[in-house]
Amino acid sequence: MASESISLPVPRESSRSVVLDWLFTVDHKKIGLMYIVYALLFLVVMGIEAMFMRIQLSRPDNSFLSAETFNRLFTMHGTTGVFFVAMPILVGFGNYFVPLMIGARDMAFPRLNAFSFWITAFAGFLLYASFLAGGPLRQVGSAPDVGWFAYAPLTATAFSAGHSTDFWTLSILIAGIGSIGGAINMIATVLCLRCPGMTLNRMPLFAWMNLVMGGLILVTISPLTAAQIMLMIDRYLSGHFFDPSAGGSAVLWMHFFWIFGHPEVYVLIIPSFAFISEIIPVFSRKAIFGYPAMVAATTSIGFVSLGVWAHHMYTVGMPSYGNAFFVFTTMLVAVPTGIKIFNWMATIWGGKVRFATPMLFCIGFLFQFLMAGLTGIMLADAPFDWQLGNSYFVVAHFHYVIVGGILFSIFAAFYYWYPKMTGRMLSEKLGKWHFWIFVIGFHLTFDTMHAPGLLGMPRRIYTYPADRGWGAWNLVSTVGAFVQAIGTLIFVFNMIYSYFKGPLAGNDPWDAWTLEWSTTSPPPEYNFAVEPSVRSRRPLWDIKHPQDPDWKYE
Amino acid sequence: MDLHEASNPGHTLSRGRVAMWSLIVAESAIFLIFVAAYIFYLGKSLTGPTPDQVLTVPVISTICLLSSSFTIHWATHALKQGALGMFKLAWLITLALGAIFLAGTAREWRDLIYVKGFTIGTNLAGTTYYSLVGLHASHVGVGLVALTTVMIAAALGKVRQEHAERCEVLALYWHFVDVVWVVVFTVVYGLGR
Repeated sequence: MASESISLPVPRESSRSVVLDWLFTVDHKKIGLMYIVYALLFLVVMGIEAMFMRIQLSRPDNSFLSAETFNRLFTMHGTTGVFFVAMPILVGFGNYFVPLMIGARDMAFPRLNAFSFWITAFAGFLLYASFLAGGPLRQVGSAPDVGWFAYAPLTATAFSAGHSTDFWTLSILIAGIGSIGGAINMIATVLCLRCPGMTLNRMPLFAWMNLVMGGLILVTISPLTAAQIMLMIDRYLSGHFFDPSAGGSAVLWMHFFWIFGHPEVYVLIIPSFAFISEIIPVFSRKAIFGYPAMVAATTSIGFVSLGVWAHHMYTVGMPSYGNAFFVFTTMLVAVPTGIKIFNWMATIWGGKVRFATPMLFCIGFLFQFLMAGLTGIMLADAPFDWQLGNSYFVVAHFHYVIVGGILFSIFAAFYYWYPKMTGRMLSEKLGKWHFWIFVIGFHLTFDTMHAPGLLGMPRRIYTYPADRGWGAWNLVSTVGAFVQAIGTLIFVFNMIYSYFKGPLAGNDPWDAWTLEWSTTSPPPEYNFAVEPSVRSRRPLWDIKHPQDPDWKYE
Repeated sequence: MDLHEASNPGHTLSRGRVAMWSLIVAESAIFLIFVAAYIFYLGKSLTGPTPDQVLTVPVISTICLLSSSFTIHWATHALKQGALGMFKLAWLITLALGAIFLAGTAREWRDLIYVKGFTIGTNLAGTTYYSLVGLHASHVGVGLVALTTVMIAAALGKVRQEHAERCEVLALYWHFVDVVWVVVFTVVYGLGR
């Protein structure tokens, strides 16, 4: 490994050929980067939408936004966040690093890969085109306003005139095609393209978890696709699937949506687990604790997550055995998740911990994800949920998962892998500022957000009267949102600044153990000059320590 | 020493097959939702007509589609043996059987819409019937396009013995479409009437 690179004078490419190169590329690294950049763009957009909503809610009886605009903003914020930020950014990292980690040349189907990216990208822009073209002509500029779960019969033509809901339906249907294509590609890559010696039992947990994510996408995005087809049949072909006036059931939509919607949370959190499972060992200077238990816990989370969806529907009313079933299955998820948290802590335990920025975000993740899980267990109780369902307590809970868990793991992944992707380190100093400011902002916003929920503030209201006692809590939440925005700006600045001025990374800046660190930063188009061959779960450890390799013990 | 050391663990699996099985899992989930909606709405239409008043069992279409599973197996088997003539014949028969099925659905729908006045907007039975049967028919249509593409390539002499693997992957999709029809048939024409 560590071959000396000889730099030859390369003729400077014209900007036109660079653009065409990116447009027509089928290289998994370039496609991965495009997913990531695209998702970051939408992360900023959804963040701005959140800021508008927070300003509106910062004091009672505020008139900063109209009720209609507020409805559009929370719909776009939620839809964008799930489909055009979280999914593509996680898929992007998987796309970039799974082939490198398993010692492959590319994904199994490079052209399908490019297709999946471009169709997902198109879907995102289609959703935002609704701002320009969504309304009927007399009220041009109407984005979808039915909420990200778009309960029937709000989506019926009688209640959603114009085309805003059609933009929502179509863009999600199209994004789903991209996700399913990506998932098929990921599964085929992991199962068929591993390098010599890379048995399933030696595969990095990152690859394992992306495999499980792929399998989960196949069975969760498809029901959503089916439901969107039904909704379109209702809207365009005068069908009656979700039309109560013809005997159709609005509750059926809820079931179909949450059959997608809950496993979707695990589609997002499992790749987060993948980041954490790679970063914590490297910064604790220990191999991951309980590798087989981690794999087993991941797959069992995947299976259990398919049977929990109706905990989103306790307040709709179900028979008692239905409630009991979903309470039980939801609580069951806590078992494999708990195993994971214990394994990560056991990995840190006794390790020689390096508190670099990626590790800081991982530690933030551990605390916050645990808290999110605990409020999740509270809400899994049907009687508790009857009190707090659809309140700001629920909003606080799932933002704790998505921001405190998933977004923190994504930040960790950026600080960890940015050197591999660009060849330059991110600034540690700015990274630590980013971490601490973001942690403070996060807790200001989302810890306090539980309180108005407990005090009875429902979600999705655009304003509230002054006598409810929610004002102070909301003001603190809004201040926290601004603090988070400052943290994010530091992160964006760090990425741009370090791209030009950051210190050179070299092949392996973190002294890590997986195969992506054995090639140059950024990796050449062919990834590895010689196909790697591995004998343990930490191939680079074996190379660095020939006198004491891992394969002697595994 | 580890016995598996030099083995290339992934290379025993065909990525085409893995991908097709993954697609089949995803498609099954889509059909599952449509079948669930069909069964959930059985007998819940507020107005007539009911399925037993309008639907007739498509016997010949069903026989054609199910036998096409055997002929496509015959075709890929022949291709593996290198019997190109036999492959082309069996492939063409598969294509014809699939086309007969689709024509049968078209005739059935024509009769339902123009003669019996039963449309997708009539009632819940209409909505669920046309959606489920239409979803399956569209999959048969996609299959027919793929089969035709291979047939044209074969007629031009471009399909050789080494392409057997790819044809088998396509055959996997065709078998899936057949199996789905067994489910749809049971639900729509058995359970639903």
